[in-house]
Amino acid sequence: MSLLRPLLLDVVPTIQQTAALALGRLANYNDDLAEAVVKGDILPQLVYSLAEQNRFYKKAAAFVLRAVAKHSPQLAQAIVDCGALDTLVICLEDFDPGVKEAAAWALGYIARHNSELSQAVVDAGAVPLLVLCIQEPEIALKRIAASDLSDISKHSPELAQTVVDAGAIAHLAQMILNPDAKLKRQVLSALSQIAKHSVDLAEMVVEAEIFPVVLTCLKDKDEYVKKNASTLIREIAKHTPELSQLIVNAGGVAAVIDCIGSCKGNIRLPGIMMLGYVAAHSENLAMAVIISKGVPQLSVCLSEEPEDHIKAATAWALAQIGRHTPEHARAVAVTNILPVLLSLYMSPESSEDLQVKASA
Amino acid sequence: MARLAQLQQRAALLAHQFYFRNSVVDAFRKKENDAAVTIQSWYRGCKVRTYIRYLHRVATVIQKWWRSYLGKKCYQRKIKLAYHDMKMNIYNAMAVRIQKQWRGYKIRKYCFNYYCFKAYLRAISETNDAVREALDEFAEMKEREEKKADLEREERKRDYEARKMHYLLSTKQIPGVYNSPFRINPDPWELRLQNAKPLTPPRPKARRKRVHHLESWLACTSTRSFPRTHILPPINRKQCQGPFRDISEVLAQRYKPLEPTLRVAEPITTLKEARNEFRKWDSAKNVQENIFLPFSSYHKNRKYIPSMHLSSKYGSGHRFRDENPAKWIGGKDFQTILPSFGLFSSYGKLYSKAGHIL
Repeated sequence: MSLLRPLLLDVVPTIQQTAALALGRLANYNDDLAEAVVKGDILPQLVYSLAEQNRFYKKAAAFVLRAVAKHSPQLAQAIVDCGALDTLVICLEDFDPGVKEAAAWALGYIARHNSELSQAVVDAGAVPLLVLCIQEPEIALKRIAASDLSDISKHSPELAQTVVDAGAIAHLAQMILNPDAKLKRQVLSALSQIAKHSVDLAEMVVEAEIFPVVLTCLKDKDEYVKKNASTLIREIAKHTPELSQLIVNAGGVAAVIDCIGSCKGNIRLPGIMMLGYVAAHSENLAMAVIISKGVPQLSVCLSEEPEDHIKAATAWALAQIGRHTPEHARAVAVTNILPVLLSLYMSPESSEDLQVKASA
Repeated sequence: MARLAQLQQRAALLAHQFYFRNSVVDAFRKKENDAAVTIQSWYRGCKVRTYIRYLHRVATVIQKWWRSYLGKKCYQRKIKLAYHDMKMNIYNAMAVRIQKQWRGYKIRKYCFNYYCFKAYLRAISETNDAVREALDEFAEMKEREEKKADLEREERKRDYEARKMHYLLSTKQIPGVYNSPFRINPDPWELRLQNAKPLTPPRPKARRKRVHHLESWLACTSTRSFPRTHILPPINRKQCQGPFRDISEVLAQRYKPLEPTLRVAEPITTLKEARNEFRKWDSAKNVQENIFLPFSSYHKNRKYIPSMHLSSKYGSGHRFRDENPAKWIGGKDFQTILPSFGLFSSYGKLYSKAGHIL
């Protein structure tokens, strides 16, 4: 580290860039090395020269900041303390899309850890610039900006409200139609983090006219796109009966049931929970889930899945469907799932959670 | 007198007789008295008893009537209460009937319409089916597109291979690899090779046009470079007629490096930029960024009291170097940066030898 630091101050720009790249790769590998980078007081120098140098140096320096920030909240706090946020936000205004991407990536890793750091990123004025970055034509930049917005808005409702006030929802909703799978993953994750906090935010997401386009994402080839799409629908459905009604009227329940049928393992979990939430609101909605052939699918899930937490979720969803009236209970019982539930309840291997849910 | 004696005699007897008869009477008198007393007491007792009996009877009658009165009152109260209860029960029963009818009507009309609900569920299942169909179609379309893209990629790869292997094409003399004489029909690759255009070896990638800064112009020109165009000049173009100048002279003249005037070569803010750069190099040597504050500022705790000239409104704030744009005549400040004149910039660069010391 003591050898690299003077190289950062070298006259030749290529040496500076290469030194910064080397530091970045070192910090990327291990968090002890990242701590050494922080302790070696390299960050203030990096931040100071970030403002003035050419775009290659900016990319390399942003790479260093990102590599340091990704390991732990304390390191990210150290980066914020040396005033890197303002410089990174200035980099976001640069013309070169590579610089913007590197700066946005660094900001995303900083904001990921906890809500104070996210608040610091928002206070530095990053959100409007990120919304501008989303509209750029480069796919990589869009991906990073979308994942940034997702990381910022996941911590608290105020941060999500800030992101919404910057007008992000309209752009994110437009990007659902983009064919790139990784971009769709990030966009859907961002929308679901926004919608999960409160009814108003969920309503704003719905007003952006994402239904029925989101249902096509449930048929995507990429597993994580399906998972994020069903997460988004779950976060919208869990708030009020009206929102669930909207989803049911748009045919979302059938799409989610088909999606559950085509996936395996953890990907199914948000879809199962979504069915449980919809059925929990009222008996009409539970009846709607029943006639969409949800119960046979859920019983298949319960029998097939090896993992306990998925089985617990399925048992919970079935309980929510069957608890309203005798008609509903009959519909659940017809699929011969009750012996399976009983065996799960009795079995000594299932976790307590599973047993509690199975007994409901 | 005899008589008297007789009477006296008799008197003693009389006395005895009198006493005896009285005492006999007395004897009976007590008995009779007792008897009379007994009779009287009995009679009195009877009278009293009769009276008491009478009183009892009368009291009984009064009590009887009083008790009947009380009883009737109680009974009436009970009847009143029972009547009230009965009425309330009837009212409740009637109210329940009305409420039953109303509730049924209300639920059927406003809250839960069974037929409406059934229709809604049917609509939902229809929507579900439609959505499922649409999604299946969408998935199918996506798959078809992917397959098409795959096929196209394969096609392009085969095309590229055919272009690379075009020399394996069969000639009249030598049958090619894919056109064995023992086959009935040539291999389909043969046809592909026939249609393929020969692949030329990759040209060295055209170097990206670098942005030419002013400083780099002087360094990057090569005296032997020709201007490169995209197309070569045609072969059978008529030769230019001579005589030609010496090629080295021509190149020297054509590629004479740029000699900018002083005005263009040095930016107008050289001094400021040089100062900034100097400051930057200096600050790079710093161990830490805070400047060292002198200790004299610890004494500076007195509040500054401005002089009278400065604290009044009139003629105040008027310092020697203040500018007052309102007072300018032409509306513009003095020009501090004047256009340079090019008298000395073309010294020694013209062809004429005027002014040279020979």
